[in-house]
Amino acid sequence: MFLFAAAAAPLLPDWVIPLTTIALANALVVLGLVVLWRAGLVSFGQALYYCIGAYAVALTARWVGFTDAFGLVLLGGVAAGLIAVLIGFLLARYREIFFAMLSLALSMILYGVLVKTESLGSTDGFTVTTPTFLGYAPHGEMLGRSLYWLTLAVDAVAAVLMGVYFRSVAGALAAPIRDNEIRVEFLGVSVTSIIHTKVVIAGILGGLGGALAALAIGHVDPNMAYWTTSGGFVFVTILAGAGSVAAAFVGSLVFEAVRSFAVDVMPGLWQMTLGSVLLLTILFLPDGLGSLLARLKRRGEAKAP
Amino acid sequence: MTEPANPILAVRDLEKTFGSLVAARDITVSVPAEQTVGVIGANGAGKTTFINMITGHLTPSKGSIWFEDQEITGKPSREITRLGISRSFQVAQIFPSLTVFENMCIAAAIARRAGGLLGNVTTPVHSAVATAEAEATIELFQIGRYRNTPASTLPQGVRKLLDIGMAVVGWPRLLLLDEPTSGISIEEKFDLMNVVMSALKTRKITVLFVEHDMEIVERFADRVLAFYDGTVIADGTPTETLDNARVQELISGTKFKAGRPGHA
Repeated sequence: MFLFAAAAAPLLPDWVIPLTTIALANALVVLGLVVLWRAGLVSFGQALYYCIGAYAVALTARWVGFTDAFGLVLLGGVAAGLIAVLIGFLLARYREIFFAMLSLALSMILYGVLVKTESLGSTDGFTVTTPTFLGYAPHGEMLGRSLYWLTLAVDAVAAVLMGVYFRSVAGALAAPIRDNEIRVEFLGVSVTSIIHTKVVIAGILGGLGGALAALAIGHVDPNMAYWTTSGGFVFVTILAGAGSVAAAFVGSLVFEAVRSFAVDVMPGLWQMTLGSVLLLTILFLPDGLGSLLARLKRRGEAKAP
Repeated sequence: MTEPANPILAVRDLEKTFGSLVAARDITVSVPAEQTVGVIGANGAGKTTFINMITGHLTPSKGSIWFEDQEITGKPSREITRLGISRSFQVAQIFPSLTVFENMCIAAAIARRAGGLLGNVTTPVHSAVATAEAEATIELFQIGRYRNTPASTLPQGVRKLLDIGMAVVGWPRLLLLDEPTSGISIEEKFDLMNVVMSALKTRKITVLFVEHDMEIVERFADRVLAFYDGTVIADGTPTETLDNARVQELISGTKFKAGRPGHA
């Protein structure tokens, strides 16, 4: 699927590429939310890691002069992952609304700090230096395509690794933790450490997404940590559903497409359109768009002898 | 009872106090491998405190606990589980949104997971070994026809069997059953215990079970410990313990006579 998308790049109209790149970068953040969601946890502050990933890229390019896109994206993921390790010690002890609100609060702290930091452009943010790709420095149309391919590659790796994770004991423990933490503890597993791991995984994915988005947009600003950004990711997660890895990507692409068309067709009412789409999804596909994929798959299996 | 030469569980001078309240005191018990020990006593007599100290959920105030020649006093419960002591619950603790098979699989996979920091992440949940263990245990507990039923819709007896099965799927050597027949109708109790006990015998598991029904205790235990006021007041074969005058006075009531059908 990713290879197909990569090969299609030259055929796609120019305006589609940057939009798709952003959607695919955001899909990583959504994938992180799916990891938490499966265990019954909702983070309303995932923009924290998104913003850390983005600023890590922008600041390294600006201060150190390091502009290699591969390195920068990795760095964004690692930076967000490290912060998630620290925050996880606190967050892993909370559940439900407390988990959601605490993560929201933490992201708003970062927002506040960035807004007050004038050397980083305060609310305006600053421009990200044009990245290079192992010495290759594309510009114009090719830069967009290179970033698109890079994002696809990161997505593909993340999708494979997350597939493995969901089939592992730690991944499969999500529903049991949601159901009955006591039993999980008595089976000899620390629920806190499993949730901590999930927070870190979601953080790394958030950081990677933010790093790719920063490169694709070419600009970072504190809004990347604002609660509406987090809310947007949760919105896409509800739209996508937590059924599979693919759902996060499909959901993110559908979201970006609906938003683009809505803004184009009725600029004043695009939020209402998105809201209606979400409402319809919740009413008719309570398990998200991903459940459509699962249904198709089952039908395919039923047909095959 | 005389000390067995090589006990699987040896408890010495165990005591647990909560402030001025003495929940358990002077408990010295030694259990040989593959014995089935019934634990009786009124509510608040210290049975659950005793079990919770063995599983590491309470740290004893005094005394020591040894499991297979290793001291486990005060070790964290997760470590004790890994060493081979499992427990089941008075109220079945299962995962309602998963099917019986999935419940069993996750328990099997956890028991067989790799060690280390990343053990949970690197062990697949549906490995061939774990799946086979899960299937075998479902068979052993005779709940095969509920294999694909969501646990939330199971009848009470099957929930209990699943709960105990999940404790057994990792091949523990010692199993603590906290009131296995609670919530089960009188007609079903014996059938349930027959299934459970024959399964545990097959796997050569040493069992400590807390029970209020004296007929069940008499029928299934090799040995009975009677608790009163935090300590063991009688320890012997079912007949010995149940015929003990103090036990009859304080726990079972005078009506119950070992070996004769009656009620608890």
